[in-house]
Amino acid sequence: MKRPAMRSAAQASAALRFPAHSVAGRVGTSFKHEHLQAILADRERDRFFEIHAENYMGAGGPPHAALNQIRQHCPVSLHGVCMSIGGPQPLDKAHLQRFKTLVDRYEPALVSEHLAWSTHSSTYFNDLLPLPYTGATLARVADHVDQVQEAVGREILLENPSTYLIFPESTMSETSFVAELARRTGCGLLLDINNVFVSATNHGFAALDYLADFPLEHVGEIHLAGHAQQADDEGELLLIDSHDRSVADAVWKLFDVVISQCGPIPTLVEWDSDLPDWLSLRAEADAAKAIIDRHAQEFTPGKAHAA
Amino acid sequence: MPPEGREEDFRGELSYAAAFARALLNPDVAIPTVVAGPKSKAAVKRYNVYRNNVTVSLINALAASFPATLRITGVDFFRAMARFYVRATPPSSPLLFDYGQDFPDFIERYEHAQSVPWLADVARIERAWLNAYHAADVRPLMPQELAAVPSEQLPNTVLKPHPATRVIRSRFSVVTIFTASRSDSPASRIEVVEPEDALLTRPALEVEVRQLPPGAAIFLGRLTAGESLGAAASAAVSESPSFDLTANIRGLLEAGAFTAILRGES
Repeated sequence: MKRPAMRSAAQASAALRFPAHSVAGRVGTSFKHEHLQAILADRERDRFFEIHAENYMGAGGPPHAALNQIRQHCPVSLHGVCMSIGGPQPLDKAHLQRFKTLVDRYEPALVSEHLAWSTHSSTYFNDLLPLPYTGATLARVADHVDQVQEAVGREILLENPSTYLIFPESTMSETSFVAELARRTGCGLLLDINNVFVSATNHGFAALDYLADFPLEHVGEIHLAGHAQQADDEGELLLIDSHDRSVADAVWKLFDVVISQCGPIPTLVEWDSDLPDWLSLRAEADAAKAIIDRHAQEFTPGKAHAA
Repeated sequence: MPPEGREEDFRGELSYAAAFARALLNPDVAIPTVVAGPKSKAAVKRYNVYRNNVTVSLINALAASFPATLRITGVDFFRAMARFYVRATPPSSPLLFDYGQDFPDFIERYEHAQSVPWLADVARIERAWLNAYHAADVRPLMPQELAAVPSEQLPNTVLKPHPATRVIRSRFSVVTIFTASRSDSPASRIEVVEPEDALLTRPALEVEVRQLPPGAAIFLGRLTAGESLGAAASAAVSESPSFDLTANIRGLLEAGAFTAILRGES
């Protein structure tokens, strides 16, 4: 990817606004305003928080006040939900500018977006919609990732989707598609292990096979979340990426496998509706931390990596 | 407004989004032929997951933005009404806190809401409330700053409105209804026929909603449009002869309605 030769004055002054917390080895959770007071009262501050970028694209008010407070204490991950990188039409330049403004203002430790689309023509659908994996879509998505990275002046992480359908026209696997995207654009990857498990169940493949094919060396963040159960037309299990409950046991097992191979990776528990109280949500992140710590000794400097 | 794609963006291997999007908000359109279930499975319930995500998440966004309106109508009525609106007027921006700027107008025309004629005005206050909530952070003009202006200059003084300041005028007792509907114990019976004007401001982080005295909405409307204090006061007095200029200026400054003094040309 292309990096700007020097930082702008705006970025330089923003750099003085917040402490440079590192996200390395940390676990985190979605940041919800309902939890703000409990988080600020919590003496354990060795976590990070992820925010949905679009919720902070208003001019001012309580959202920015809350984010300012959190950012003083902790690293923040800026997670874009609606750049529509996976769509065929050009990126929305105004939206790209808003995204860049947030990156400059809050200096997030991580910046990510989705391999999905949400806007077509002039309608915004507010969902992460799927795309076929072909040479043409690869070229288009790579262009979009380049544009975003150029606009924000840094590497972004791209997240693997949870899907419910396939496109028969696809000519590549999802893992080959994201590997090639990372190679062409220099972007990193956000591995959502719940999405892997949801898609594997929905499409009848083995999640471990997917992880074996996934370019784990590019993963800069891991997502964990809960999912709901429905049924498909044949009456068989269809999993829904719902972010409204605890992480499933099967997803914890896959996480254990990934961490045992890769060592500590910043890991975030997503929870967006039917919110528990702060301590219950924190307990989910602590469970991830326990798994990371258990494997950490295999990755101490000087020792050979297990994987 | 997102950019319109070029023609070639939607052809051949890049036509998937157009094909996929067509049936998302319309349950009468057949599911797209570009998608399938895995291993020859059917795709109807699978596609419906996306349909459901889109419609339900947008209805949820409206429910979050219009809680008093929802409380007045009840959940089922609100969600049915919102579903019609979402299908007719999906968002054109990914900023969902901006969605539903014309939802109050939709409510005013909505056939099944005609028996609650003040509902649209309650929704207008809620929409203005959310716009004030997200408005830029600016320190309001303090009363002593205006007090420092020599009295002979006051008639020509122009005040800059605070970015959060909004006025909603209603034929109904809409401030009373709004306040009761957002409180924990809504009043059991409200006389709705007294006209009320609402002032919304956000001097710090909290949005404040007040009822304006007679003439004040005209006064503030003229000031916001850039007219001088003198011109705005004349307009207010001609609508409401009892208009009290001093009390109104004091009240508006206390609410944080302005940010600066712009001296008008004499």
